[in-house]
Amino acid sequence: MSRTKDFVMRIGWPRLIIGLFFVLLIVVSPFMGLKLTDVFSDVLRRWAMFGVLVLAMVPGVQSGIGLNFGVSLGVVAGLIGSTSAIELSYRQGVQRPWADLGFALLIAIPLAAILGFLYGLLLNRVKGSEMTVSTYVGFSAIAFSNIIWLSLPFKSGVLVWPIAGEGMRNTINLEQSFGGLMSNPAVVAGLPRGLRWLAFEVGGVVIPLGVILFFLAMCFLNWLFLRSKKGIAMSAAGENTLFTRSNAINVDHMRILGTMISTVLGAVGIIMYAQIFGFLQLYNAPLMMGFQCVAAVLIGGATTRRATITNVLVGTLLFQGILTTALPVIKRLMPSGSTLSEVLRIIISNGIILYALSKTKGGNQVEK
Amino acid sequence: MKNKEDQRSQSTPVTEVALPDESRSRKVLSWVFDNKVMLLFGILCIGAVAVSGNSTSFVVENIFIRFGRNGFTVLSLLIPVLAGMGLNFSIVIGAIAAQVGLFFAVDWGMAGMPGMLVAFAIATPLSVLFGFGVGRLFNKMKGAEMIAGLILGFFADGLYQLFFLYILGGVLPIRSENLGIPGGIGIKNTIDLTGNMKYALDRVKMIDLVLVLFIVIALLSVIRIITHLKNKKTFPVGAAVLLIGSAVLYGLTYIPAIEQYLMADQLAVIDAIGIVCLLTVLRSVWKLAENKRHPDAHFRTRRHIILIAGAVVVYAATYIPFVRDIVLSAKIAVLPFALVAGLCVFNQAFLSTRLGQNMRTVGQSQVIANASGIHVDRVRILAMIISTVLACWGQLIYLQNLGTFATYGAHLQVGQFAIAALLVGGASVQKATNKQAITGVILFHTLFIVAPEAGKALFNNAMIGEYFRVFVSYGVIALALAMHAWQRKVKPQLEMPR
Repeated sequence: MSRTKDFVMRIGWPRLIIGLFFVLLIVVSPFMGLKLTDVFSDVLRRWAMFGVLVLAMVPGVQSGIGLNFGVSLGVVAGLIGSTSAIELSYRQGVQRPWADLGFALLIAIPLAAILGFLYGLLLNRVKGSEMTVSTYVGFSAIAFSNIIWLSLPFKSGVLVWPIAGEGMRNTINLEQSFGGLMSNPAVVAGLPRGLRWLAFEVGGVVIPLGVILFFLAMCFLNWLFLRSKKGIAMSAAGENTLFTRSNAINVDHMRILGTMISTVLGAVGIIMYAQIFGFLQLYNAPLMMGFQCVAAVLIGGATTRRATITNVLVGTLLFQGILTTALPVIKRLMPSGSTLSEVLRIIISNGIILYALSKTKGGNQVEK
Repeated sequence: MKNKEDQRSQSTPVTEVALPDESRSRKVLSWVFDNKVMLLFGILCIGAVAVSGNSTSFVVENIFIRFGRNGFTVLSLLIPVLAGMGLNFSIVIGAIAAQVGLFFAVDWGMAGMPGMLVAFAIATPLSVLFGFGVGRLFNKMKGAEMIAGLILGFFADGLYQLFFLYILGGVLPIRSENLGIPGGIGIKNTIDLTGNMKYALDRVKMIDLVLVLFIVIALLSVIRIITHLKNKKTFPVGAAVLLIGSAVLYGLTYIPAIEQYLMADQLAVIDAIGIVCLLTVLRSVWKLAENKRHPDAHFRTRRHIILIAGAVVVYAATYIPFVRDIVLSAKIAVLPFALVAGLCVFNQAFLSTRLGQNMRTVGQSQVIANASGIHVDRVRILAMIISTVLACWGQLIYLQNLGTFATYGAHLQVGQFAIAALLVGGASVQKATNKQAITGVILFHTLFIVAPEAGKALFNNAMIGEYFRVFVSYGVIALALAMHAWQRKVKPQLEMPR
C-alpha cells in the first residue's frame, strides 16, 4: 500500500493521469482504424518540434525567474532571424537551404541574447512578480512584432503579400528554404548521400533523426552547463538567494544569465519548430506559444522553482503526444469535432499551470 | 510571506510623516509625477486625434457610446484592488456567466426588457457561484492572484468553448434551430441580437426610470416610517419629507411638456451637461449651507466655491458655437449611464460600510486584519463575488449595446481591455478609484476610435495603427505591473536611512 502510494507521490497525480490517458489513446487508436505507425511518426515529429522551445523553460526556472511566459521575446528574435535569412538569399538570388538555416541562427541568437539581457534587467527589478510581468512582456513583444512585420522593408515574394507589395504574410512557406531540411524524408532525399541519415523511415515510422539529435544535443549542452561551475551558481541563485549571496555570487547576474539562455533557446526553438513544420507563422500565431511550453514542462514534473532536462523530455512527450493522438481519435469519434483537440489543449495546458501555481505556496516564488 | 508583511507594517509609520511646508511648485510636480501615466496617455490621445483627421464631434460622439458600453465593466475592477487582490483578470469569468445567461434568453425566444431580465436572472446566480469558486481558488494562491486570474480566464475559456461547441446542441438540446451550426453540433460563431436584445437596456425611456426610482424611494420611505412607528420611536420626519418630495417630483412628470421630454430614451449630451452642472451647484450650495449651520474645521469652503464656479463656466461654455458643435450630435443612453453612475456611488458608499473597511484592512495587511478579528479568507471571497457579479452585468450591458454576440470572442479581451483602461487612468495594483476608472475609459477608448485613422495618416497603413493600439493595451499593463513591482522593491531601501 505504502509502496504504491510512494510511487504515485513520486510520479505525481497529474502526470499519472495524463500518462495513462496517453497510453489509452495509443491503445485505442488502432481500433479506430488509425495506423499505429502514423501515430508514432506524428508523436515523434511533434516531440522534436516543441523540444527546444520547452527546453527554454529550464534555465529560466533554475535561475529563479520562474516560468518564463516571456519566451515569446526569443520567438520574435527567431522569426526575425529566419525572415532576414530568407530575404538575404532572395537578394543574392540563390536558393540555399543550409545557408538560410545558418544565417537564421546567426542573426537570431545575438538578437535574442541582447533582448534577453534587457529582459533580464527588467526582471531583476520586479523580483516576486516575474510571472505576471513576463506574461505581459511576452504579449507586448508579440504586439510590437506585428508592427515590425508590417514595416520591415523586405522584398522577397515568399515573404510579402503579393498584391500590396508590403507587409509580410501570415504564414511563410519554407519549401524553398530550410523547411524539413532535417526532418522530412522527401526533402532529405534531395540532399547529398552523406546527409541522407537526417530523416528516414523505419517500417513506416518517419524518424526525423537530424532534429532529434539536435534537440538531444541541446539538452546535453544544457545538462553540461547546469553541472558546470556557472550552472551550479545559477541554480543556487534560483534556489536560495541569501545563501548564494553569502558565497559571493552575484544573484542578479545569474538571473540575467538564465534569462538570456532561456531567450536564446526560445529563438533556436522557434527556428527548429518552423523547420519541421515547414512554415513560419507571424503575427499573433506565437502569442500563446509560451503557455504551451510552460504547460509541457509542468506536466513533465517541473515546479515553479525546479525544472530538469528529464522534465522537458517527459513533459513534451506527454503533452504533445496527447494532443497529436487525440486529434485523429476525436475526428473518428465525431466528425464535426475538429476543434475539440484545440479546446482540449487550452483546458489541459491552462489547467496544469493553475494546478502548479496552487501547489507553490505564496505563488510568485516568494517562498521565504 | 508573513515576515514580509511584518516588515511592511513596521515601516509604514515612517512613510506617513508628512512634510509640513510643501511648496506649491513641489505639489504640482508631485501631482504630475503621480499622474504620469494618465498625462502621457492624454498627450498621446490628443496627438492621435489631431493626426487622425477625425472630426472632434465624431470622436466625442463615439466616446459617449463606448463609455456607456464599457464603463460598468471597468468599474467592476475596483473592489478586488481594495481587498489587495490586485487587478482582477478573472472578470472574464463574469463575462462568461453573462454570455451563458444571454444565450439561453435568446434561445428561448425572449426579446427586449423581459429577455434581458431572464438573462440577468440566469447569469447572476451563476456569476455568484463562479465568483465564490474563484475566491476559494485565490485563497489557495495568495500573492499570485493576478497570474492565477489570467490563467484561470484562459482555462475558463476552454471550458466555455467545450460547453458551447459540444455540449450545447450535442448533449443539451437547444430550442432555436438557427442558433446552431448548420449540419453539426454546437453554437455558431456570431449570434445577431438585432430584433431581440439589441438596445434592450439603452432604449429604456426616462419616464420608466423615473417611475421605478419613485417606487423604490416610496417603498423604502414607507418601510422606514412603519418600522419606526412599530418600535414606538419618534416619527421619522426625514423619511416623510422624502416620500412627499418624491411624490411631488413624480407628479411633475405628468405635466405634458416634461412628460414629452421624458418619453425619450436618449438624452442629448448638451442637456446632460446642464443637468450635471445644476446638480453640482445644488450640492455645493447645500454643503455650504450645512457648514454654516454646523461649522467644521476641516471643511474646505474654497473647494465648493471653485466647484460652483467651474460648473457655471462649463455650462456657459456650451453656448460657445465651437463647443456646441462638438457636443451637439452626441447622445447618451440613459439607463447604462445611470447604472454606471449608480456603480460609482456604490463603490464610494461601499468604502464606508463595515465590509468595505474590513476589505481595506485586508488589502493593507492580512496579518493585521487577521489579528483584529477579520475573517480574511471570507472577505476575499466576498470581494471576488462582488467583482464577478458586476463584471457579469457589465458584459450584459456591453452585449446589448453592441448588438452582435460573438459567441467565442466576446469575453476574451474583457479583462485585458478593462484593466488596460483602468491603468491608463492612472490606477495602480494597489489603488484604484472611480475617477481613475472614468478617465481611463475615456482616454483608452479615444485611442481605440482614432488609432486606425492615425496609423493611416502617419504610416500610410491603417493596420499599423490597429496593431499599435493592441501594443499599447498590452504594453501599458506590462509597464504598470513592472512599475508596481519596481516600487515595491525600491521603497524599503529608500526608507532605511531615515
